[in-house]
Amino acid sequence: MLDAGPPHAATVVARVQESPTIFTLQLRFDDAAAQAAYRFAPGQFNMLYLYGAGEVPVSIMSDPEERDVIGHAIRAQGRVTQGLARLRPGDKVGVRGPFGRGWPLQEMSGCDVVLVTGGLGCAPVVSVIHYVLRRRERFGKLVIVQGVKHAEDLIWHEQYARWAALPDTQVLVAASEGGPLWPWHVGRVTDLFALASFDPACAVAMMCGPEGMMRSAADNLLARGLPRTRLYLSMERNMQCAVGRCGHCQFGGAFVCRDGPVFQWGEVETLLAHKGF
Amino acid sequence: MFSHPDRAAFLPLAKLPSLVAELMARGYRCLGPAKENGAIVMRELESPEGLQRGLQAEQAPGRYRLTSDPHDRYFAWANGPQAIKPQTFAPQESLWRAERDEAGGLRFVPELPAVVKRAVIGVRACDLAALAVQDAHFLRTGRRDAQYAQRREALFLVAVQCAEPAATCFCASTGDGPTPAFGYDLSLAELKDGFVVVSGSDEGQAVAAALDLPAASAQQIEAAQRQGEAAAAAQTRSLPGRKLRDVLMSRLEHPRWDAVAARCLACGNCTAVCPTCFCHAEADVPALDGRTSDHLRTWDSCFGEAHGHLHGFNVRPDIRTRYRQWLTHKLATWHDQFGRSGCVGCGRCIAWCPVGIDLTEEVAALVEVGPP
Repeated sequence: MLDAGPPHAATVVARVQESPTIFTLQLRFDDAAAQAAYRFAPGQFNMLYLYGAGEVPVSIMSDPEERDVIGHAIRAQGRVTQGLARLRPGDKVGVRGPFGRGWPLQEMSGCDVVLVTGGLGCAPVVSVIHYVLRRRERFGKLVIVQGVKHAEDLIWHEQYARWAALPDTQVLVAASEGGPLWPWHVGRVTDLFALASFDPACAVAMMCGPEGMMRSAADNLLARGLPRTRLYLSMERNMQCAVGRCGHCQFGGAFVCRDGPVFQWGEVETLLAHKGF
Repeated sequence: MFSHPDRAAFLPLAKLPSLVAELMARGYRCLGPAKENGAIVMRELESPEGLQRGLQAEQAPGRYRLTSDPHDRYFAWANGPQAIKPQTFAPQESLWRAERDEAGGLRFVPELPAVVKRAVIGVRACDLAALAVQDAHFLRTGRRDAQYAQRREALFLVAVQCAEPAATCFCASTGDGPTPAFGYDLSLAELKDGFVVVSGSDEGQAVAAALDLPAASAQQIEAAQRQGEAAAAAQTRSLPGRKLRDVLMSRLEHPRWDAVAARCLACGNCTAVCPTCFCHAEADVPALDGRTSDHLRTWDSCFGEAHGHLHGFNVRPDIRTRYRQWLTHKLATWHDQFGRSGCVGCGRCIAWCPVGIDLTEEVAALVEVGPP
């Protein structure tokens, strides 16, 4: 049980600077038995602890079948994440997790998979991409829609290009502001929704990103005939305990950390229409 | 409380110290009402005779003033700013600490409070109802909270029936008082010459048995019942229903939220005195030697700016959305989480609000009129 009680010591195995502000940390528990016992579902998150600074919730981006390390993509934004950004291979952190409810992988079987993400919202979803690609014959089309504010915010350029070249896979990327050699769309990611090609009668859509973008995407997907029960999103709120106790992440009657972060659209759409929850 | 009148005993006024002495003999540190900083608070009694008589307080929106009971009773006060909550859910405590060695290696050590048996004398029906909600949150929903559990298990509760509700009280309308119905070890109803005593647990029964009390007479039991009914009838405030979930959730853009936001200071007093509020912040305090860092949890408030903080923006940037978050959680979505409202009618949020915002008045305005 690595999700109960205090964190467990872990070591930074690798660090990659993905963009000017985004970096990824590959972590491994110092206790080999803990590392071997650790399991997670795509869409779940860990609490990462930096000595003396505190904890932050970070979604897990690695493949669930990768048992050697656990991957996290982090934007250096606040006090703790700016400290985490200074870590180098060999440095120590604390990890507890995994927490929350992940993506509905069982429901995707036999269907088209539509992924709509914005900014670093791609991180909680990338494990779904890996999951689908590894079991390609079990799914229909894979549609990946990703939007960023500025071209330099896009991480994993090569992966997007590689995925775009795969059969039955559509990649739609947009940056509100382009840049030199930007190969994708310049404009709002919502412009691209109409190009997404999938069968609404047999598709599952998953969204993670700014709430305004997710509302637009939901309107578009539902208007195209996607049933509400097949639309999912991952939500973000202030999280400090990760176990439904501290109260910061409450969204209506739900604790996002425990009852989410992945929700079916119908569970949250009413309250999402009001700002401030 | 009086559902088993055959079990009710009578404790003469002069023998009240013997109850405290019995609890002390059983290893309990006894907390009773005391005056401190202009309010009635629970403080440790130094001796069995330490319970004070004649305490009373006048309460109104934004107002709490100590007075004296002309009849010099022990429990003729309604409630103070805190009762049980700080005894189980500590205002601040360390959950675990990180230890760092010279090579930078980390070790994490859980921290638990020392086990101290405490008896709280003078808790009210509203406090017991609130404790049941906190028990559900910390012990039964999801993971059991070790720190809370350790304190909770060592708690002995001596409840008292409220005979003199404050003007801010509305427990009768929430169904939580004024006569304690559950959750106590012993419950007292104060009459002119003594207390009708009912036990609610094995430990409570053992304590009562050790006092060797006579059975309460039918007249004494009836007097206690009438006193409870009169206290309920004397309450002047109320909520317009016990399940306001749907109506409040249909008023999320009501102009009343702007009106209350214009008055609310977002100070968080209401959440600090609320016996059911459970929000807490977690933060790390490193020692100066660079070797250890405590991971503390501290009571927090949804009225604070940091409560809705996310990287780069705030989910609830203004007081309107914070007040709405608090009220709709307390009275509406609390039902989804705990099967009841989060309000037990203690009225503390009304008395301790520095600008006198009255929850019952706000709810009435939100529910009665306005656009959907």
